[in-house]
Amino acid sequence: MFAPARRKTDSRPARARNLVWLAPLALTALVGCATRNDLYVLLPGKDGKTGALIVESEGKKQTLDTPYAAARVKNVGSVEGIKSSAAEVKQDFGPALQAQPKRPVSFYLYFLADTDEFAPESKALVNKIFAEIARRPAPEIAIIGHSDRVGTVPYNDALSLRRAERCRDELLKLGIPKVRISIAGRGWREPEIPTAQDVSEPRNRRVEISVR
Amino acid sequence: MRSALIALTLPMVLAFSVAVAAQEAGQIKVSKGSAQIERSGKKLPATVGQVVHQGDVVVTGADGSVGITFRDSSLLSVGPDSVLAIDRFVFDSTTHQGSFDSSLKQGTLAVVSGKLAKQSPEAMKVKTPAAILGVRGTEFLVRTSPAKD
Repeated sequence: MFAPARRKTDSRPARARNLVWLAPLALTALVGCATRNDLYVLLPGKDGKTGALIVESEGKKQTLDTPYAAARVKNVGSVEGIKSSAAEVKQDFGPALQAQPKRPVSFYLYFLADTDEFAPESKALVNKIFAEIARRPAPEIAIIGHSDRVGTVPYNDALSLRRAERCRDELLKLGIPKVRISIAGRGWREPEIPTAQDVSEPRNRRVEISVR
Repeated sequence: MRSALIALTLPMVLAFSVAVAAQEAGQIKVSKGSAQIERSGKKLPATVGQVVHQGDVVVTGADGSVGITFRDSSLLSVGPDSVLAIDRFVFDSTTHQGSFDSSLKQGTLAVVSGKLAKQSPEAMKVKTPAAILGVRGTEFLVRTSPAKD
């Protein structure tokens, strides 16, 4: 098809012929005709705090940091800041929002100092935990042990894990399948009450039971 | 020397990849309509309780939606006609360090970020064909699709 015989019939130089094919693309860019229908929306947090989202398209950035702040990307490399609303979000994202899993709920059990023995008030919580597990599809229980700051990091990592194991053993005795339970020891990394080193703090000697 | 090095590192690499492959990233908690998980070329039904791994792709049909709870308590849910790839999920439950990268190829996605994003602002990223999102916390929505003619 590129035989010399055909070229004779086309009087335009080769470069001009190539440019003809680019014309529709150039026109698209000029009138700003959209190639994408992208929308990004920051929601108010359920806990009352709104986070932030940085939307970046080929170096162009928009930071969304107020409730319903939104960004539209109609072409790669352009990010347009706009405002959405609760009603629009329902319209645009209804099924995805309806499919959101239930939020994880946490319960806290407290321990006597330097032990994996429950503080007495914690025993009553077990019924509440069971009710929460029963309400959920495919429930998982993440048991997370914590410690205060008396002792070293490795010691407290091990102690917090031992507390988590103790809780797991109690839940296993009550008939919760082992595959549904995961355990972790966080040591003193996530104190309920921040303290200085070597301060004994009962509220930090706890196990979080997150049901999700 | 080189072969000795390979002999030494190969089992380590293998052991590491096995550990990563076996690791659970999350579980499906909500599934409606037609929905599937694509894993190593196979299609599995996206049923409630199904485990999701790094590398999985969640695909929904015109009437489908799926909600997943991840190990760091991130919640991701997709609406109809969506394709969501779980590119990377690494979470250390002691330190809360790791990373979570996903890409929405098309459709709609609702996100509630979890412990990874809380621990480090760089830990969670969501990509679309047109943009990359840096997640500095909590709740947001994503829609990506080509413009209609």
